[in-house]
Amino acid sequence: MSDRIADPVRFIDERTAAAPAIKKALRYLFPDHWSFLLGEIALYAFIVLIATGTYLALFFEPSVAKTVYHGSYAPLRGREMSEAYKSVLEISLTYKAGLLIRQTHHWAADVFMASIVLHLMRVFFTGAFRKPRELTYLIGLLLLFTSLLEGYLGYSLVDDLLSGIGLAIGYGVLLSLPFVGGPLGILIFGSTFPGKGVFESRMYIAHVFLIPALLATLIGLHLALVAARHHTQFRRDRRHTQRRLVGVPMFPGQAPRSLALLLIVAAVLFLLGGLVQINPIWQWGPFEPWLATNGAQPDWYLGWLIGALRLMPSFDVVVGHYTLIPNPFWGGVAFPLLVLFVLGAFPWIERRLTGDRSSHNLLDRPRDAPNRTAFGVAFLTWVFLVFVFGASDRVYVLFGLSYETLLTAFRVAIWVVPALAFLVVRRLCLQLQHADRIEERREEAEQEAEREHAERVRRREPVL
Amino acid sequence: MSRPAQSPSRRRARPLGAGRLLAMAIALVPVGAGVALAASQNGIVRPTYEPPKPTVALGEELFNANCASCHGIGGTGIEHPRATAGDISGAGPSLKGVGAMAADFYLRNGFMPLENIHTQPGRRRVLFTRKEIAALTAYVAALGNGPGVPHPQPGGGDISEGFKAFTEDCAGCHQSVARGGYVTGARVPPLQKLGPTEIAEAVRIGPYLMPRFTSHQISDPQLNSIIRYVQWTNRPDNRGGWSIGNLGPIPEGLIAWLAAIVLGALCLALGKRFSA
Repeated sequence: MSDRIADPVRFIDERTAAAPAIKKALRYLFPDHWSFLLGEIALYAFIVLIATGTYLALFFEPSVAKTVYHGSYAPLRGREMSEAYKSVLEISLTYKAGLLIRQTHHWAADVFMASIVLHLMRVFFTGAFRKPRELTYLIGLLLLFTSLLEGYLGYSLVDDLLSGIGLAIGYGVLLSLPFVGGPLGILIFGSTFPGKGVFESRMYIAHVFLIPALLATLIGLHLALVAARHHTQFRRDRRHTQRRLVGVPMFPGQAPRSLALLLIVAAVLFLLGGLVQINPIWQWGPFEPWLATNGAQPDWYLGWLIGALRLMPSFDVVVGHYTLIPNPFWGGVAFPLLVLFVLGAFPWIERRLTGDRSSHNLLDRPRDAPNRTAFGVAFLTWVFLVFVFGASDRVYVLFGLSYETLLTAFRVAIWVVPALAFLVVRRLCLQLQHADRIEERREEAEQEAEREHAERVRRREPVL
Repeated sequence: MSRPAQSPSRRRARPLGAGRLLAMAIALVPVGAGVALAASQNGIVRPTYEPPKPTVALGEELFNANCASCHGIGGTGIEHPRATAGDISGAGPSLKGVGAMAADFYLRNGFMPLENIHTQPGRRRVLFTRKEIAALTAYVAALGNGPGVPHPQPGGGDISEGFKAFTEDCAGCHQSVARGGYVTGARVPPLQKLGPTEIAEAVRIGPYLMPRFTSHQISDPQLNSIIRYVQWTNRPDNRGGWSIGNLGPIPEGLIAWLAAIVLGALCLALGKRFSA
């Protein structure tokens, strides 16, 4: 019996000499804290994305050639549309499990982005980005922003009404780049908007091959760097130090847990895909440049850019008769680049401000670094308010606040609220630190009293 | 500022209009040429005796008592708001030549009477009885030569034609699945509760900010198709599951974040916390 296992293992080991590496991998230690699993959610959502995306690519037709629909869906019968849109209609309405897979793919994309944001928050607020992990952190940010582009392309490929409106906005932002905008727009779209057939195939190859390959490479690099420098950990007791990692080994500790999480993530995504409708393109209809629908929105992860475009006061930078910087540049290009820059430069900014240049394998609790935590919350609030304004028309419909009032209120609130958040959160952190010190002193006093008590018992003195 | 449309079934008198309209009723008694008038609880002023059939005469009495403060005596319109009797500074367009169609549309959906001239007219509780509306409509129709109430036949329309025409002419404001939304200066109503006649009237009249479409722009057969599509949006094909309002990415984003937070909470169950 044992030979049946031992022989093949020996066969492989003799030819790969992988035993030491595998042994090391199986003994790799994972810190035992729930928040380290947030990044894994993103990883497993990515796996679901690859799996469902592969199925969809089997049926999708990346072509904007015109055709006429004669399928089962009555409201679109006899309508002229692109091959791309028609193929997604067929995936959604005709092919077996097509709609389940398509909806799961879309939900997975939305949840993927949300879990990256949660993971980023964990990393930021615990100071996990500090030396020696700045590179891991930068690659993570690159992953986030590349995923934004990947999601946008997926949303745009379908050539439904929302796709087209989204691309029109993206094209406008592209043209707003000073000097190079116009030529770059023509270069990428193949002509002026809505572009020629070449653009659809460019988006397609980028969405299904180039960017996923880039994402996979970056994920590999991200994980390799995590493993190379090992995980960070919280200081829970004296065993956790800068030089000693306490945790569970890959096997038999972490692997079953990760596997369980993979299955949970896949289960939640497929449940959503089966039960909750997402992007019902048959209800939007095909795109034509002269068509629009009220309430057209991008997927949530681009909502902050729509909000920025809407909030930006209307002005262009004009030199003579030449528009140097058209308005969409500020909300669509400058704002996200600023956010990326602030997040990316933060480890170095913090080092400069605190003068702390040492390596950190132990994590801070958010309260341990009041300035960082307060700044993080303020920054997040800033971006979040801009994001909320991206849905201002719905806010109007829901709460009846006039759009003009909302606009003015948000233009003030995006500066005032983060400032207040900074002050409140900083104060809160300091108070929590203070409470910790009181608790420490109380514990010390208690231990002292216990020692004294024991001493008295030992000396047979009267016990009070 | 607008309010969400109230369903006609809700039976609650709006207090705002009542007092003002009562005051107006007292002021207008002499104008009513000896006809006894009384304000009902919901603010509508009606003669103490209404004939059993809707007549133009009844329409005139009701008009003078309830509409003339804004539309002027005889429906001539009041261009500039001015304080008239009972503190009401009304202003409103002339109704000469608007025909039965406009009167029928505005009254039968509760767009009129308006509680405030700055309010966007919208679907509200209908305050007049069916007979009174018929009388008022007959009176307004008699003011001048205007279009009659249309009689669309959505059964003869084509749903695919309707979806296409709706996307081209209506969805820019009313949204692809007719769920409404916001345009600068107005709230766009969802269209699910409208009947065929009301849709046809709205298209031909163009209430508030909505443009009006003549039969050159949208032919009667096209209009039938559009109405057929709008009625279809009452129960659109939501084969993907829960429709979350057919509103697109905003509710989808909320659900996605909910899922991410649930997954985060499940991590709590899988991993350890400080207390453990």
